[in-house]
Amino acid sequence: MVTYIIRRLIWAAVMLTIVSIITFAIFFLVPRLAGATPESLAARYVGRTANAEQVQIAAEKLGFNDPLVVQYGRFAKGIVAGADYDYGPGVEHCPAPCFGYSFLTRLPVWPDLLDRLPVTMSLAFGAAIIWVLAGVATGVVSALKRGSFFDRAAMTIALGGVSLPIFFTGIVSMVVFSYGNPFSITAPGGSYTPLLDDPVAWAYSLVLPWVTLAFLYAAGYARLTRAGMLETMNEDYIRTARAKGLAERTVVLKHGLRGALTPLVTIFGLDVGLLLGGAVLTESTYSLPGMGKYAIDAITNQDLPKVMGVVLFAAFFVVVANLIVDLLYAVVDPRVRLA
Amino acid sequence: MTAPLDVPDASVDPASAPAIAGAGVAAIQGRSLGQIAWMRLKRDKIAIAGALVVIFLILVAVFAPLLVKAFGQDPTQFNSDLIDASTMAPKGGTGISADHLFGLEPVNGRDIFSRVVYGARISLLIAFLATLLSVAIGTLLGVTAGYFGGLVDSIISKAMDVFLAFPLLVFAMALAGIIPDSAFGLSGDTLRVAMLVFVIGFFNWPYIGRIVRGQTLSLREREFVDAARSLGARGPYVIFREMLPNLVAPILIYSTLLIPSNVLFEAALSFLGVGVRPPTPTWGGMLSDAVRFYTIPHFMFFPGMAIFITVLAFNLFGDGLRDALDPKAR
Repeated sequence: MVTYIIRRLIWAAVMLTIVSIITFAIFFLVPRLAGATPESLAARYVGRTANAEQVQIAAEKLGFNDPLVVQYGRFAKGIVAGADYDYGPGVEHCPAPCFGYSFLTRLPVWPDLLDRLPVTMSLAFGAAIIWVLAGVATGVVSALKRGSFFDRAAMTIALGGVSLPIFFTGIVSMVVFSYGNPFSITAPGGSYTPLLDDPVAWAYSLVLPWVTLAFLYAAGYARLTRAGMLETMNEDYIRTARAKGLAERTVVLKHGLRGALTPLVTIFGLDVGLLLGGAVLTESTYSLPGMGKYAIDAITNQDLPKVMGVVLFAAFFVVVANLIVDLLYAVVDPRVRLA
Repeated sequence: MTAPLDVPDASVDPASAPAIAGAGVAAIQGRSLGQIAWMRLKRDKIAIAGALVVIFLILVAVFAPLLVKAFGQDPTQFNSDLIDASTMAPKGGTGISADHLFGLEPVNGRDIFSRVVYGARISLLIAFLATLLSVAIGTLLGVTAGYFGGLVDSIISKAMDVFLAFPLLVFAMALAGIIPDSAFGLSGDTLRVAMLVFVIGFFNWPYIGRIVRGQTLSLREREFVDAARSLGARGPYVIFREMLPNLVAPILIYSTLLIPSNVLFEAALSFLGVGVRPPTPTWGGMLSDAVRFYTIPHFMFFPGMAIFITVLAFNLFGDGLRDALDPKAR
């Protein structure tokens, strides 16, 4: 088990490195292919008043003239050891882990990301609890009462749920529930209160995003749970469990559900990992100041260091979520460790 | 599935193969897998309904200019005279009339019907092409990994892991955002469409790649592949003539289910403002405009429903296709 964990950890680190190289290469090559020069990149950082010579000096100092490999090396070093940025008028220190430095706002990216993380975490974990409970429960009941009115109604709604984009249900939910007509239950989006400041206001500002986001996922989970339950309830070991006289409740929950849930764990890990990297659409629809909103703002302002930082941070969550899922699998199923 | 080899110098007696095939036809008419699947699909009324809606949407997209002209409208034409100058809303609330079936947009009064119709073009075009790209890359690499195994397999599998670790939406958004207005010899809508197809298609291939790889791995060990090899068939022949026909079903199912997710993806990117640029109408773009006019709900209703119906139709058809082609997966 220990060797397995170590192997997985090394692979996770390698994967993050590769992701960072590809991300770096793309975000520094694509603008160039499209006609940007080191000077035009530097010009965005020194301000409009700078003359051509100042821009050239800045481009040189910021290292925009260096080969890609050197630039990447500097970026990677910044994450480990911090970096100094000399853009002409002054030197800015960016302490480790330095995910770049936004010259538009004159601020390092990392503290910004840490600032935004609680919002996205609140959103993702809150919604995850709702969608797992609602989705799995619906799926189990649907599977047990296959063909019943409940099953058909639930599966119709679920199919609708997976076909509705969150930015549509989100807007509709806001019109119905928060702009005062006709059932106003929450304030309009954009009013996030940290959990520790005021738990009630925190939950109040997140109710709508939670429910809308959870509805989307619950629909998918209900479909998957139902399919999984239908399959496992036909297994021989379910018949054995019934034959030895276990209560139906125990058979369904301990034997049936456990088998049906294993594949869901993988998907759950990935979904939460992806959401933590920025629930872009939800945050954008409800104007929540999370990582996703940060990414959108960074992209709108063409602030490349911020974009890089947020992409890498998001990739980090996906990789970590994958790692946790793999380790959980290895605990549940010893055969995995040999693979 | 082993087809008779038509290589001239192959040391097989060509007469033996038809003889075996002929034996089954004796009393009962044999049915191919395709025929069986088609019979199952025909009985699935919901899937057929989905398919009909899909065909309808494709026709709408293809004939969008004619359809719009039939109502005498233009998707980019302003109708300021029909807008109430004090509220910016269309006169009479929605502006729905015989000329403007879905009403008018607030402020500039563009015809929503023709914008939704034209939106279908962008949406379906990008979804189809992106799916095609993902399927092409995914199948090629999946088969290669599954068939050759060993080092090739581990490299391709690890590449899939890396691709799956990319936060797709953030990445696509970022990439779509930094592309300037003209690049690679393209400009305007053509460039945006090409770029969206590339971004959506290129980062989705590992999903189908994994499925194809898994299927290929299990097919490789099957008897008919051994048989083909023992008859002297080499790599390309085995891959294209023996394995690919067996991969058609999963690829078809997966492609049909990938299209709606790509429709949602394109709509999401347009909603976030990094899709095809205005004034070209897109469903996502219309929704993002509609957010500001939440008191005029018909504005968000039509593009939203267009996305919903399109995605639902493809999902229904895809589910039916899966049930028909692969009853075990039901």
